[in-house]
Amino acid sequence: MIGDQPSTLLDKIWNNHLVHADPGAPDLLYVDLHLLHEVTSAQAFDGLKVAGRTVRRPDLCVATVDHNIPTTDRSLPVLDSIAHRQMEVLRENAQSHGIRLFDVDDERQGIVHVIGPELGLTRPGMVIVCGDSHTSTHGAFGALSFGIGTSEVEHVLATQCIPQRRPKAMEIRLKGDRPMGISAKDLILAIIGEIGVSGAAGHVIEYTGPVIGSLSMEERMTICNMSIEAGARAGMISPDPTTFEYLRNREFGPNSDEFADLKMEWRSLKTDDRATFDRRVVMDISDLEPQVTWGTNPGMVTGISGRVPNPEEIEDEEVRDSTERALTYMGLGPGTPMESISVDRVFVGSCTNGRLEDLREVARILDGKRVHSGVHAMVVPGSTAVRRQAELEGLDRVFRDAGFEWREAGCSMCIGMNPDTLSTGERCASTTNRNFEGRQGRGGRTHLVSPATAAATALTGRFTDPRST
Amino acid sequence: MHTGVVAPLDQADIDTDQIIPKQFLKSVSREGYGDFLFHDWRTEESGAINPAFILNREPYKGASILLAGRNFGCGSSREHAAWALKDFGFRVILAPSFADIFRENADQNGLAALSLEESVVRELLARAHNEAPLRLTVDLEQCIVADSGTLITSFEIDDFRKMCLLEGLDRIGLTLRQAEAISSFEQQRWPNRPKVAPESF
Repeated sequence: MIGDQPSTLLDKIWNNHLVHADPGAPDLLYVDLHLLHEVTSAQAFDGLKVAGRTVRRPDLCVATVDHNIPTTDRSLPVLDSIAHRQMEVLRENAQSHGIRLFDVDDERQGIVHVIGPELGLTRPGMVIVCGDSHTSTHGAFGALSFGIGTSEVEHVLATQCIPQRRPKAMEIRLKGDRPMGISAKDLILAIIGEIGVSGAAGHVIEYTGPVIGSLSMEERMTICNMSIEAGARAGMISPDPTTFEYLRNREFGPNSDEFADLKMEWRSLKTDDRATFDRRVVMDISDLEPQVTWGTNPGMVTGISGRVPNPEEIEDEEVRDSTERALTYMGLGPGTPMESISVDRVFVGSCTNGRLEDLREVARILDGKRVHSGVHAMVVPGSTAVRRQAELEGLDRVFRDAGFEWREAGCSMCIGMNPDTLSTGERCASTTNRNFEGRQGRGGRTHLVSPATAAATALTGRFTDPRST
Repeated sequence: MHTGVVAPLDQADIDTDQIIPKQFLKSVSREGYGDFLFHDWRTEESGAINPAFILNREPYKGASILLAGRNFGCGSSREHAAWALKDFGFRVILAPSFADIFRENADQNGLAALSLEESVVRELLARAHNEAPLRLTVDLEQCIVADSGTLITSFEIDDFRKMCLLEGLDRIGLTLRQAEAISSFEQQRWPNRPKVAPESF
């Protein structure tokens, strides 16, 4: 409650961070944690310098290198001189402003949205920003966390605040039991398929319902991560005992003295019973199948037993045009069964599905089997810590024995800024978040799937229901 | 007030990966992205210019108003998308709707991303193809789009955005006027923040 008013989780965090409000102007929000990486920060630091400004709170900034670093041998030099320069600039900026950097040789390095939670930097009730749209990931902890542009990065560096219009609150309630073998990735792909890629524009999504409460933190992160693919700037899940357990004994997490007090505070971070959302969507997931995208945005998705749609059967002209265009790009005919489509590549990784549970799931399916002869498969762990732990558990052996490449941590083929890319016409089953044209390499054809579906597909060489393997 | 040639791109959900593909995000500058705008659509695989793409054709090469389908600028938060559009010469983007982060990035760079009724956008798209070049005047002060002095439509924009676009306000400077409020907020806040400062600093 805020005063006597029942309020949403979004309202509570918003009001907790409101530094200043002027009628007609955006609210000024305080930022608790500012995450930085090499690709979207250089121009912001440069802007500060030009304006003669400094970083207000370097102690609330954390930087790492993830987007364009190679995932091959870390002892070798970076061959891409422009990428190398970008990393150097981040080092210089972190050094001169006193910002903590988890560099390429640091065991805490990794994709910014994987290491934040892993290190205990991410906490319930925070406002977190980063120059990356998948910052929505951290909402899994009941934080308000969103991606910003480089000018806004500069703004936050200079002021530790961000001017924002209060977004609308949207509830997505999942009802029904989660069918066996259905992953968090399948849930979020189905949600985006249902509401569309701009379905939550202007809103912050709060995911609710018993299914959400039953998910692990890693699964919740997968769901919040892809909120942006439905047009929402942020997604959030109210913190609960699962959240609190995850936060214990993390390097930068609260110490045991602070924990009890903070937990009291965190328990209040939930939408009040009588609070109203601006919009509400209820989805029954009882009959959900593993999901596979067929097109060039994440909303172009179907169940594994489904087929590629036929544009002629679509009435809306704009949807028909975009479907036709997508099928041409993807090299798929109308009505093709998804399970008959063969792939050249399989990619497991990214801030969506590059965490330990994802890797365990892939290893469970691969165990003792071999990748199909026509498939080139790789696993890129989301962080160096994930990589180390996977090795301790022997997962790397399972991957290698199955014929997967086992790489160093980074964004890798999710964005294809480093040497890991698709060639023209190559088709990839990918555990990432975007199947846009050219996302993984010019002319590359990306199908978004869960880690389990990626693993099952790697074994057969065509899209395969992981429940059948 | 801006008058210019309209380039029609009749597609919904044009994402920032199309506007500026990732291989061009490695620069540490804010300038020089115009050449790479819509790179994979403007060029063939070989690197040669794709003569069929609208921005490679006369009279659209010099267009300064882009007309597009709904949800323009979805996907990645890369501000390089706004930088590339502006560097190419665009001053105004008209579409039924925009992705939130893109619109903010456009605002930050004085690129007017303005939402018009979907039916009006469809009519304008048809006209831009049929009567090329369609020249429009966008008057931000009056919130209208006109064609040779004839009103076509009006649009809504909140006063703060309008002021920022018209006056090119220093947004950081505005926030710094609240320095006192920020400092007092920092003193009152609950201790729910990690301690991450490097030991050496």
